[in-house]
Formats: sequence, structure tokens, C-alpha cells
Amino acid sequence: KHMRFLLLFSRQGKLRLQKWFTPITEREKKKIIRDMTTLVLARQPRSCNFLQWKDLKIIYKRYASLYFCLAVENQENELLALEVIHRYVELLDKYFGNVCELDIIFNFEKAYFILDEFLMGGEIQETSKQMVNRCIEASDMLQEVRYPPTPRPVLPVAQL
Amino acid sequence: MPAPIRLRELIRTIRTARTQAEEREMIQKECAAIRSSFREEDNTYRCRNVAKLLYMHMLGYPAHFGQLECLKLIASQKFTDKRIGYLGAMLLLDERQDVHLLMTNCIKNDLNHSTQYVQGLALCTLGCMGSSEMCRDLAGEVEKLLKTSNSYLRKKAALCAVHVIRKVPELMEMFLPATKNLLSEKNHGVLHTSVVLLTEMCERSPDMLAHFRKLVPQLVRILKNLIMSGYSPEHDVSGISDPFLQVRILRLLRILGKGDDDSSEAMNDILAQVATNTETSKNVGNAILYETVLTIMDIKSESGLRVLAINILGRFLLNNDKNIRYVALTSLLKTVQTDHNAVQRHRSTIVDCLKDLDVSIKRRAMELSFALVNGNNIRGMMKELLYFLDSCDPEFKADCASGVFLAAEKYAPSKRWHIDTIMRVLTTAGSYVRDDSVPNLIQLITNSVEMHAYTVQRLYKALLDDISQQPLVQVASWCIGEYGDLLISGQCEEEEPIQVTEDEVLDVLEGLLVSNLSSPVTRGYSLTAIMKLSTRFSSVNRIKKVVSIYGSSIDVELQQRAVEYNALFKKYDHMRPALLERMPIMEKTASNGPTEIVQTNGEAEPSVVEPKHPPPVGQPASQGNDLLDLLGGNDVPVIPTTMPTKPASAGGELLDLLGDLSLGLSLMAFYLFDLFKTVNFLSTGIPPMTAYNKNGLKIDFTFERANPNPNVAVITIHASNSTEADMTDFVFQAAVPKTFQLQLLSPSSNVVPALNQGTVTQVIRVLNQQKQQLRMRIKLTYIHKGSAVQDLAEVNNFPPQSWQ
Repeated sequence: KHMRFLLLFSRQGKLRLQKWFTPITEREKKKIIRDMTTLVLARQPRSCNFLQWKDLKIIYKRYASLYFCLAVENQENELLALEVIHRYVELLDKYFGNVCELDIIFNFEKAYFILDEFLMGGEIQETSKQMVNRCIEASDMLQEVRYPPTPRPVLPVAQL
Repeated sequence: MPAPIRLRELIRTIRTARTQAEEREMIQKECAAIRSSFREEDNTYRCRNVAKLLYMHMLGYPAHFGQLECLKLIASQKFTDKRIGYLGAMLLLDERQDVHLLMTNCIKNDLNHSTQYVQGLALCTLGCMGSSEMCRDLAGEVEKLLKTSNSYLRKKAALCAVHVIRKVPELMEMFLPATKNLLSEKNHGVLHTSVVLLTEMCERSPDMLAHFRKLVPQLVRILKNLIMSGYSPEHDVSGISDPFLQVRILRLLRILGKGDDDSSEAMNDILAQVATNTETSKNVGNAILYETVLTIMDIKSESGLRVLAINILGRFLLNNDKNIRYVALTSLLKTVQTDHNAVQRHRSTIVDCLKDLDVSIKRRAMELSFALVNGNNIRGMMKELLYFLDSCDPEFKADCASGVFLAAEKYAPSKRWHIDTIMRVLTTAGSYVRDDSVPNLIQLITNSVEMHAYTVQRLYKALLDDISQQPLVQVASWCIGEYGDLLISGQCEEEEPIQVTEDEVLDVLEGLLVSNLSSPVTRGYSLTAIMKLSTRFSSVNRIKKVVSIYGSSIDVELQQRAVEYNALFKKYDHMRPALLERMPIMEKTASNGPTEIVQTNGEAEPSVVEPKHPPPVGQPASQGNDLLDLLGGNDVPVIPTTMPTKPASAGGELLDLLGDLSLGLSLMAFYLFDLFKTVNFLSTGIPPMTAYNKNGLKIDFTFERANPNPNVAVITIHASNSTEADMTDFVFQAAVPKTFQLQLLSPSSNVVPALNQGTVTQVIRVLNQQKQQLRMRIKLTYIHKGSAVQDLAEVNNFPPQSWQ
């Protein structure tokens, strides 16, 4: 699998989304999450967005209060991985309208649905921005019980 | 029973918790409610409950009791249920659970559902987490969907097929027919996933690779269209059309073009076009350029194209964006061996990167700089690298120092320059220098005969300034011991000779013995140095006194040395001059010390520079022979009559000497090659061990801690032979359990000399990532007294420190 996992966590290290592209035990997942949050949160502000961890490359980027952390195999193109992260953020932004961390907290299942239309099995599934959103909206319409994105309980923090 | 609370309500409530304990209490309460709801087999709220469970799971709480409920949701007719059910399955289940197999039937049904979004859910789940059994069962369904005209499903089926192939490679063949017209699709999603599928197949099977080479023209066409096409809102990223697809195609082209002239030629033009026309102002353009460069370097491209690629990397180095600089340095590191001259042109930019603020960039720049050093640029490069050594972070100093030593050894323009460079490193980064550098440096100094006076003078002066850096102190002590006579006679030609007396020198050495800054190893060095000066200085009495004091030292090593040196003064004084003679030039039997800076991928766990153990064995054997010659040839004072002597030839006396002495050759041999063994022990704290001892063949293991990679154990074997005949054609082999990886370097020789006159050494590196107990099976073969001997043994007595 070219992408191994994708994690979203806050500046305090609270996990907001975890997508694993290979089967691993709960225990290993917890360890990886700990390692990632520690490594990424310790990075100096003006460092580059890449670091090496075991036999994987870690590409991370902060958007407002959320860190997006993508692990790829060593032969992968890091610069493109940054674009992958950025595309996912754009998809979330389109769906939620000026997405912020609270949207992802309160509507985490939607964040997963969107991700699962964009990536699959560690590879990119769809390269068109509009296609992904169209499919999600169509799927939303199919739901017998609708859960539209919750109006935010407080004003949005920062814009993504 | 009141309705279970809604998901968002629960999230809101949990977020109001002010402490971890409060949160845990809320979670436990809710879990209890959910459990009873599950027990009641409530269909209406199952979806809501599982969703809440998934939220709590994300917070880190156990949610395994919801696994079966996910299955029930998947089996439901409601889309809402299926959506959450499949999500739950992907988050809570994996192929280790048997429960997971129960999904197979549901997925099979859903793959044939009338609604494409349901089919999509099933494909996605199968493609993410399907086990081998599931993949086998459902491969046929996936293959069917790969041929559908529905592009939404086709693209998912393609990635699902990729997963199936990864899990069950034998099934790859069955997807071949369906790939026939995948590339004729207009839909980008299908195109992209198809290219991924084709790539997977080509990577796995050389036959497939050969078969798909015919697609090169088509791929080139598609890529060309992407570049030339106008703005497409659906796929545009900062003015570039579908960069993800472009990169994927470039990667497939790379695989198809590698090693194949025709294919490489067919893609030459498009690569040149992409390389020259891609917009470089944003990251996305550079991502494509980067992939293009990688492709150009891997296929059989013409030299003009290769130079173009390297120049792109050179331009990357000047980019403001540090990500791009980082990527450039990594790529240049990969190409520096094959396209050395082209990379040399960018040397000054690379050297500038040594001053970059980013740690990862600095490291790569350092590695690349060392790779670029050659006979022409050595002076300039070394100036930069030494400046870097002065100012860099401690994490770099060891590697940088090793690199400087290596480069200096290979390309030093003069001996004086070489010594000066070594001095510079020892004085500025002396405490970071690797332990194995010390013997290596000693050898270098020994072999630079005309520089001995200059070297010992400079080292002496350095000691006067600072005695805290152990490697410096050790090398200096050794040199003073060897060349102390040159020091006091003021023979230096290279610079103004210093005036120093024997007492002053002995003061300094004794100062090392008592200083708190000196490590036990250093003390050993200084005591031996003092002893050696007994044949070079006239203050023998003072030296005798020092040596006798340390005969009762608490430090066992020092004590043993002192006792034996005492014995040398008392009983074997006639042998002292010979034993403490100037060291001969040491032959390089194998490459000593680091042979190259191992290219690291990054900074978190840099790999170790290979410390090939210096082979001290070469010397004792020949030293022993020299001793024999000296004792036989020189005017040696008459052997005391307590020894049974034959009055005849000196040779005869020698044989008796050897027969009677418990010291003598063994003593010298012990010190010469055991010095390294014990130095090892003292510096690493890992005790040496005897791995094998049979029929006169003894194999000891000494350990080095492979700093900074703690997962690599570096073991040096020392094979010695106490029988009366040599063991020739000696071959040592080792095997380790599967969880380890082993690397055996070249042995110092394949003759184990008789009567312990020397040892064969060989270095083993064991990678022990799982930190398991080290075990080894060894096989020894050799010829002894005309017959072949073979033996197998298990080695289980590794000290815990060697693998923990």
C-alpha cells in the first residue's frame, strides 16, 4: 500500500480521525498515534513538512488547529503527498462550508465518508473535486434519516 | 425505555467534561446504555448507538462489543444503516477476527445491489480490509465490476482489484482480460485507478511488465493531452490539469521504461516536454517535476535528458521552499554515484545548504557533500566541512567527524595537511569522535613516519590545553608513548620545536592517570605510554615508581597492566627494549574504520557507519616474528641461569625461552590484540564472551554498541588457536533466527596461527529491531594437520546488554 495511514489531531494531541490502510492491532495503532503526535507536535515552526519514521516517510501539515499527518512508503513522492492532504482539506471545506475543527468533531462520520470517496486502499480513487462532493451529496440524499451538518455551537475558530 | 441520546448530543455532553475521570464516567454510563440497547435487539436505534460507539472508540475507549452490531447494520436494508455499518466494520474489525468473515456474504449481496452507492460501500470496504479468504471468494464479483460501463463503479473495482492482488497474488491473471481497454476511458477517476492497477501488475510480474510495454504510446498520448489541454475546472490545480494522474502515469512510464531501450526512447520527448514546460511557482508543479526527474534517472534516457534532470534538481536547491530543497538533496544523494560529474556542478549550492536552518536539510547536505569530495576539491570542501563540524548540532558531529577522517584519508594532498586536519577534528569535536576512530588514527599516524615529530608535538600541546576529550587524549597518550623521544629532543621540522623535559612529559601523563576527566580506557593508554617511555627516557626510576603504585590500583585493568609491567622490570628486564620497541608500519589487511558514510534517509534513526574492526592480528604475528628475530639476532644479555639453557645457538635459547615463559610472546600478543578487546569492554560496558572453545580453537566475541542505532549489535569475533599447528582455510559462518538480520564482513585472514600467536578477527553486524534475545548458530571449517575439520555450534550465552 503506498499510503499507510492518515491521522488528524489537534494541537493538544487529541485524535479527530484515524484511517489505517493496512491491518494492524489496536495496540500498535495506539503506539503509532502516540509517536506521531509526539514527533509532529515537537517540530520547529519553520521546519520542512517531512520527516522519517522507521521505514516510512511522514508528511504533515497544519491547517488552523488541526494537524494532518500522512504516512507513505519510502519511494513515494512527498510533494504530491502534500497535494493529497490539501485536496482532502478542500473537499471538507466544500462540503462543510469554511470547515473548522468543530465540524470534524461533530460530524466525524461525514469526514470519513468523504475520505472514503477520495482515497481507497491506500491509493487515490477520484481526482475530480466535484465528483467526490456530488457522490457524497447523492449518498446523503439516500439516507432514510438525515443528519445534516450540525450548526456550530460556537463561532468558527479559524478558517481553513 | 427512553430513546438513546443522539450522537451530537453525546459529543456535546462528553466535551463538557472537565477532567479525564469525569469523561470516563460519562463514557461508562453511555456504554452501559448502549449495551442494554444492543441486548434488546433494537433495530431503530442500532445505527445511532454504533455511531456513538465509534466516537468513543476514537477517544480511545474499547468498543469491541459493537463488532457484531456493525454486521447487523451492514445486513440491514436501510442505506443509513449500511453506511455506518461499513464504517464501523472498517474501524473496529480487521482480518484477525473470525467475525470479519461473516461480512463476506453481505458484501457479496451488496456488490450486486441495485443502488450504485451501496455497491460502492461494499467495494470500498472490501478494498480496504478484505482478508485473503474474502478476496478469494469475491474476486469474481470484482472482476465483473471491472468491466462495467459505470465509471463510478469501475474506478472502485480497479482499486479493489489492486487490493485483491496484494492479498492473493495468484489471482492476478484473472484480471488481465478486463484491463484491455481501461486506458481508453475518458473518466479521470477510472484512468487514475487503472494506471494504479497496471502499475501493481507490472511491479509483481515480469511477464505482465513485458506484456504492458505496448501501452507506452497510449500513456504518452494521455499525458500529452493532459499537458496540452486547456483549463478543466474539474481537475485543475493551480493551472495544472490533474497532477495526480500525471504523476501516476510518470511512475508507470518509469517502470515500463527501466532497462528497455525502445520504451525509453518512446517516452523521451514527453519527458523533456514536461521537464521544460511545467510551471514551477507552486508545489504542485514541482511535484510533477520531481516525479519526472525520478523517471528520467531510472530509465535509459539520453545524456542530455539526464543533465536536464540534474539541473532541475540544482534549481530546486535554490528554491525558497524548504520542502523542495529537502527533496532535491534526497534525489541528488541517490544520483551522485551514477551521475557524479553532473552533480558536482551544483557543489557550491549544496555546500551552502550546510548552513540551512532545517535539521533534515543539513543532514542531507552533509552526506551529499562528503559524496562529492574528490582530489580536486578536497582543500576547499574540507574547509567548509570543518566549519560545519565546529558549529553543527551534536547529533551530526560523530558522522561528520567520521566523514572528515575518511575523506582526508582518501584525498589528503599532503601528510602535513592530513595530520593538521585530524588535529582540528580531535580538538574541536574530540568528544564526539567514534571509539573505533582511535585505533584507525593511531595506525595513520604510525604510517606517516616523517610526521612523527610534528604530530607528537602538536598532540602534546593540545593536551596542555584540554584533557577532557577522550579520543584526543588517547591518541595523544599513545603518540607520546611512542615518540616521546622525538618530543624531548626537539626534532620537529614543520614548526618551531618546543622545549620540554622528560619530567614535564611524565607530569602530563601522570596527570591523566589521576584526573577525574579520564575514562578507564584513557588511563590504560597513559599507563602503557608511561611504560613505553622507560626505553625512550632516562628517568626509568620515576617510571618504575609510577608503575608499582598502580600495581594496587582498584581498577582491575590498570592493576593487571601495572603488575605485568612490574614483572617486566623485575624478571624480564632484558626483554623490555624489544617489547617496547617502536611500532612497525601496520599493513592494511582490510579496510580499517568507516568505509563510507552510509546514506541515511533521515534523521530519526540514522544508520550506522560500518565500523570494520581494525585487524590487530596482522601485527602480533609479524611482531612475534620480529621479536624472534630480534631476540635471536641482537646482543641480548645472557639469560639468567635459573632458566634451563642450551649454550648453543640463539635459536635454541629462544625455544627454551618460549617454553618457559608465561609472559613473553603471550604477553606482547595479549597486549597488542587484547588491548582492543579490553578497550572495547571498557568503552561499551558489554563484557566479551567466549562463544566456542573446542579442540584448541577458541572464539571470543567482543561487542560494540552501534551508536546511534541501538538496534544494531556489532560483534567482533576473535579466533585463536592453542594447538601446535596452524588452522588454515579457516571459514567462520553464522546464522540467526528469522527476526534478525545478519551481515558478515570480510575476515582479517583465513589462517589461525598456532600457539595463540595471533587471532583472526571478523565483524558481524546483527540488526535486532524487535529487541529479541540474541541467538546464533555458527559453523566452523578449517584444515588442521592435513585433515578437514567442520563443526557446528549454538551460541546462546550472549550478555543481555548486547541485545537489550
